[in-house]
Amino acid sequence: MSAEILLDVRNLTVEFELDGTRLRAVDDVSFALRRGEIVGLVGESGAGKSLTSEAILRLIACPPGRVSGEVRFRGEDLLALDERALSRIRGKEIAMIFQNPGGSLNPVFRVGDQLHEAMALHLPGGRRTLRARAAEILTRVGIPSAATRAREYPHQFSGGMAQRVMIGMGMSCSPSLLIADEPTTALDVTIQAQVLALIRRLARESGAAVLLVSHDLGIISQMCDRVIVMYAGRVVEEAAIATVFHAPAHPYTRALVDCVPGAAGYTRLGTIGGVVPGLRALPPGCRFHPRCPVAAPRCSAENPTLRALADGHRVACHLAGDGLPVRRPA
Amino acid sequence: MARQLDVECPPALETAPVVAPAGTGLRRWWRRFARNRGAVFGLVVLVLIVVASVFAPVLAPYDPLAQGVGPTLSGPSRAHWAGTDSFGRDMLSRIIFGARIALIVGVVSVVIAMIIGVSLGLAAGYYGGWLDAVVMRVMDGLFAFPIIILAIAMMAIMGFGVTNVIIAVAVGFIAPFARVTRADVLAVKEEPYIEAARLAGVSAPAIIARHVLPNVLAPIIVQAALRVSGAIITESGLSFLGLGPPPPTPVWGSMIAEGRNFIVMAPHVSTFPGIALMLAIVGLNLLGDGLRDTLDPRLRR
Amino acid sequence: MSALLEVDGLVKHFPLARGPLARLTGADRRVLRAVDGVSFTIAPGETLGLVGESGCGKTTTGRLVLRAIEPTGGRIRFEGEDITALAGGALLPFRRKAQIVFQDPYTSLNPRMPIGRIVGEPIQVHRLAPRPDIPARVTALLEMVGLQREHAERYPHELSGGQRQRVGIARALAVSPRLVVADEAVSALDVSVRAQILNLLVELREKLGLAFLFVSHDLGVIRFVSHRVAVMYLGRLVEVASTADLFRSPLHPYTQALLAAIPTIGDGSASIFDQPGRLIEGELPSPIDLPRGCRFVSRCPHRMARCHEVEPPLAPAASGHVVACHLYENGHDEQGGPA
Repeated sequence: MSAEILLDVRNLTVEFELDGTRLRAVDDVSFALRRGEIVGLVGESGAGKSLTSEAILRLIACPPGRVSGEVRFRGEDLLALDERALSRIRGKEIAMIFQNPGGSLNPVFRVGDQLHEAMALHLPGGRRTLRARAAEILTRVGIPSAATRAREYPHQFSGGMAQRVMIGMGMSCSPSLLIADEPTTALDVTIQAQVLALIRRLARESGAAVLLVSHDLGIISQMCDRVIVMYAGRVVEEAAIATVFHAPAHPYTRALVDCVPGAAGYTRLGTIGGVVPGLRALPPGCRFHPRCPVAAPRCSAENPTLRALADGHRVACHLAGDGLPVRRPA
Repeated sequence: MARQLDVECPPALETAPVVAPAGTGLRRWWRRFARNRGAVFGLVVLVLIVVASVFAPVLAPYDPLAQGVGPTLSGPSRAHWAGTDSFGRDMLSRIIFGARIALIVGVVSVVIAMIIGVSLGLAAGYYGGWLDAVVMRVMDGLFAFPIIILAIAMMAIMGFGVTNVIIAVAVGFIAPFARVTRADVLAVKEEPYIEAARLAGVSAPAIIARHVLPNVLAPIIVQAALRVSGAIITESGLSFLGLGPPPPTPVWGSMIAEGRNFIVMAPHVSTFPGIALMLAIVGLNLLGDGLRDTLDPRLRR
Repeated sequence: MSALLEVDGLVKHFPLARGPLARLTGADRRVLRAVDGVSFTIAPGETLGLVGESGCGKTTTGRLVLRAIEPTGGRIRFEGEDITALAGGALLPFRRKAQIVFQDPYTSLNPRMPIGRIVGEPIQVHRLAPRPDIPARVTALLEMVGLQREHAERYPHELSGGQRQRVGIARALAVSPRLVVADEAVSALDVSVRAQILNLLVELREKLGLAFLFVSHDLGVIRFVSHRVAVMYLGRLVEVASTADLFRSPLHPYTQALLAAIPTIGDGSASIFDQPGRLIEGELPSPIDLPRGCRFVSRCPHRMARCHEVEPPLAPAASGHVVACHLYENGHDEQGGPA
């Protein structure tokens, strides 16, 4: 029996007014997250994945942005909440960590104090209790000599350590959902591995759900249970890990997986011709059709909607499931 | 194993040029510029000044030097829209001709300062080292003097006259141009495309001319627009103090000074040139601000 | 076959304090050892992948090889000629034979110059063609990298990241170099565009017989594009081998850790992030105050007493495979086989 639905995003749309034109960066995106799941949101630049995650927590400045749709967290629509109610959820129930930990930490305050402040907003307990808990959290995220380091400033922390602090801060109030937007893009490979392992461990231990936004298919493949693939502002495919990487249905997903060195061995690299369309020049119908190797006339006329192919596998493609050609050219 | 999608994408798609017809850059810039009403006002002011200067002989109803064309110190009337001064000269004509001097001094001094200052800034910024140190210390010295004091000192040495005013103001403005240029050169110098040029074997002077200069132009243009108004104010200040072109040359500053004695009974003698001066300054400053807002790449998007 | 590029004991130290006061107090003796004794060769037409994490000195090595910066010590020989001490005009012939492709397509092209002039400038500087012929050469170069003649009149901001990177490649190829240093040339690109550019580079390499020094932190890319791979850590090489050998049997503990940490598209077995034993702990030590002995000692799971005392030299462990590790000294493997 599957766990309860924690986050239910329905028809999420994010638009921007720029120089008099209205641009739609996220177009009618819908998906759901269950308790304890680690879900990946993957796409290239311009796919709208970061905007989607920011929209969930209402971090997008409106104006010039305009967010519509529903984001139901435990039944409540976050987009309709007033600021007070929202601030009770932000940080406590839903935590978010970003790509650049240096930017998220205030350079003039000690790390321990920032951690303490984050907790004081949401958790009961006096200074001493929370300070002790801060040190405990730092230890839990793998920072040695936590008590001493808590008294240090952000610039004394390396990138990896700072990100661990952010994770600690995020998890400090025991959220049920953690949104991680490219958390390791700025980190070295070996440090990245440590940080991702930490996220995975903490999530499994606390039963929190994780929405992991990334462009790195390798990370997604090793971290997530399920994957949502976005292209040019729309969801094109959603499936379990094994399906997405080994039996994808959408031509974009297939081509994308094929582009990663190693997917097809190391002697051949698949490509996707053309470029991701800019927001001012979106193609009609299916946004991928100009680059799609199997595009049919229908694809340029009609926008395919997300439909279920199998249990837990949804695709937005007119041709999916109809036996796409797999002929190898001579 | 993955069911590979082996149908190759048509190669033409691989490199379809981005849809951007040439020339939209300019039109888009204009649209953004035009949205700033102050800046458009400034542009209108500039155009007015230029037109007044160029067509002064045609536009002015009277000879600005001719005395007695009307009653002395009479207020605005149908014959003399801006009244007359203590010599019976038509104010409006004098104001229009005054625009000519203002423009010439303003533009020429700024152009001279720009050429010298930008060159110094480019060299100091790009080559660095002792050249940078020496040049910037000299500039710091120049900066220490308020421009009016500097101009007065130079005029005391060189004497009066339009040319000397231009030189004095130009010297005073070299330092700001050098500094602004150098600041941007320091930033641009670190960009990879400069290193690419160096690694391609392009000589340093060629790099400065072809790669550095075009990319530091924007703040220089803004400076130039703003400094023209500064030059006009300085020139007016100097002529107000009696250090400008000698009478009877119609110059706003000295016209304001002349009207000082009649400020109660004939305020128009000082006021109208004052208004002209104010409009010119405010307009040019707004123009400069507008240019900065639209040209500064950091503010874009 | 004589080597195209020979680097011997290359050293680059950056002083941390400068100026007369530092010289008085002796503070200028503290240095950042960005590159601390690196030696390798590249044969004509060969691609050597230089891989490592941030601060390992790979980018600096690339710059040194191109003489963009001056080495503090060591020798660089290109086509047999010693270019270590050359400067200014003397470097011009070398500049024709070795070029660079940068990482960031958005800052590696002059935003105020049309593409045609960007690509044509090197041709002009080296007088490789008479002026009227340059546009034709530029067109040929643009088409070679997959662009079109019309692109010559565009400005960089009108092109996408991938297209700009192609321009950067065209510019590098304008002088018909023999060696190209690719400094994280695909790291700033989207996955699909990255694949396009990588395929292009491989295609050009075959067609033009180019040698590459391919600097990258991405082992997947390195594996796809390199003939041989050199692994750097804190300013030194720790392992050099053919691509196949390095990935099949990595010898140095750092190389092993690096390979274990890369998230590749899995085959359905357990996630690498669930196996903490595979991932190394610890952080990079400061490159300023380096420990005595092996630089990797603070994080190495196989460290021995010797490792704290003596820095292991880069020595052959198998044919065409060198390692700097005490485990493999005396020609045999003390570890009892690769992990």
